[in-house]
Amino acid sequence: MSLDKETVKNIANLARIKVADEALEPLAGELSGILDWVEQLNAIDTDGVEPLASVVDVTLPRRTDVVDDGGCRDKVLANAPESEDGYFTVPKVVE
Amino acid sequence: MSDLTNLTIAEARDGLDAGDFSAVELTEKHIAAMEAARGLNAFITETPELALERAGQSDERRAAGKTAGSMDGIPVAVKDLFCTEGVLTTAASHILDGFTPPYESTVTQNLRDSGAVMLGKTNLDEFAMGSANITSHYGNVINPWKGDAGKDLVPGGSSGGSAAAVAARMALGAIGTDTGGSIRQPASFCGVVGMKPTYGRCSRWGTVAFASSLDQAGPMTRTVRDAAIMLGSMAGHDAKDSTSAPEGVPDFEAALSGDIRGLKVGIPNEYRIEGLSPEIDALWTQGVEWLKSAGAEIVDVSLPNTEHALPVYYIIAPAEASANLARYDGLRYGLRVPGDSLDEMYANTRSEGFGDEVVRRILIGTYVLSAGFYDAYYMKAQRVRRLISENFKKAFDDVDVLLTPTAPSAAFAIGEKMDDPIAMYMNDVFTVPASLAGLPGISVPSGLSSDGLPLGLQLIGKAFDEETVLRAAGVLETAADFKAMLNGEGS
Repeated sequence: MSLDKETVKNIANLARIKVADEALEPLAGELSGILDWVEQLNAIDTDGVEPLASVVDVTLPRRTDVVDDGGCRDKVLANAPESEDGYFTVPKVVE
Repeated sequence: MSDLTNLTIAEARDGLDAGDFSAVELTEKHIAAMEAARGLNAFITETPELALERAGQSDERRAAGKTAGSMDGIPVAVKDLFCTEGVLTTAASHILDGFTPPYESTVTQNLRDSGAVMLGKTNLDEFAMGSANITSHYGNVINPWKGDAGKDLVPGGSSGGSAAAVAARMALGAIGTDTGGSIRQPASFCGVVGMKPTYGRCSRWGTVAFASSLDQAGPMTRTVRDAAIMLGSMAGHDAKDSTSAPEGVPDFEAALSGDIRGLKVGIPNEYRIEGLSPEIDALWTQGVEWLKSAGAEIVDVSLPNTEHALPVYYIIAPAEASANLARYDGLRYGLRVPGDSLDEMYANTRSEGFGDEVVRRILIGTYVLSAGFYDAYYMKAQRVRRLISENFKKAFDDVDVLLTPTAPSAAFAIGEKMDDPIAMYMNDVFTVPASLAGLPGISVPSGLSSDGLPLGLQLIGKAFDEETVLRAAGVLETAADFKAMLNGEGS
């Protein structure tokens, strides 16, 4: 799969990463190289093979539905680059 | 170099118990060694005050006859991928600037509970993405071993700082993490022991996530016995990580009986890859002979999907990384680069905060997970992952452990293999398959290359059978008698 500049720009936007225009072409080349290489998997017959999402064979454990965490607002906010009145602050999103 | 920094963990433990020296003395020597070796750039953050405080507490406990656990008073280094309460945690990324966790990861908490003394946080590839420790925002780590003409070599990666710290006698042991080889490959490059336990053996809670279905913490030490001791402290079920296995922690050290008579050791034919360096091939053959002389039975096995492991890995790991790294948004912690809108603030922060390799992997991951491509790439990779896992299961019907090389080369010079991402990815060709199958693997320093650089051999075991892996590793270690760095000198 050969990626063009537009596709790279699109996925960069999906990933919320800004890529300078002059970097798009070389990046498209690198990413295409990696995709070409992984596409060797297409040659393998996987009909009827279930995808393996986790190597752990256990069912997810359940716990009692009780509050066992929380009440640590200041700790949560302690690393925020910007916060105000106990909230994270963001650029204005509503006009 | 002082004698105390040349001890093994087991020797230091016995010396502390016998009162030959105190934890504070032991820690002071290591702090001095850490400072003297700053040129290697193995640490991002040194925590000498904290170390001395904890060493003092350890001495008090021991004096009161109440040692905390098997690591009480032992100075260790911690890969800067583990959240440590009140201590800067960076994942070697600009995007985590100034992040000081208000909590401790389970693995480092377990080590603290067993009395270990943290010396500092070691350097790594950014977000553990790399095999040479050349993608850190905090600069390259330099391998304490020197190549011909004293050239600076990479320590391997991503746990390169941890490997260098242990090899250069700055710490008695270190924690690493391994996603596709990030403990075993740097261990091989730096001439130390590195073990990736079974997926689920150590909790991932509080470890900065790279690829959640693969990430696993493990010990990096100078001997197999030390790895067994340290793993015992790190491991255990943790309700805070739903993938943490509800298994008891065996006495790993007790597994080191030295007796492998009748043990079936598999040699996977497919690891004899095209272009394998003759000296690594020769070392592998030597390893087979060593285990055979110790009474093991050698069995040829086949893992037919081995060659597909790397491409599977380079779909699954970036896919999971792109999801995990979505959390770096400039809002909650770390770097924030302003923008006129929320979206622009995200994009500005993330493009300035992530390095090239991390961007590359996020974009690959985003692409393979995007609408229209998900089945063709991600689901396909997961199906082949099952085939790889089943290959191992079948092989383990006939054998107890597998013996392979750890890495396809010795440490290379800083600057090599940097232009071609795929050439760099090839470093993990022997370690990635076991990662995909979630199996335990260990690298044991087993010989020297013609340039006098360390080479490791890898043993891979059945899930949750670290004991057999360690037992065989102990025998391999004895036979290899790898003393080059244990005498305190590089090549």
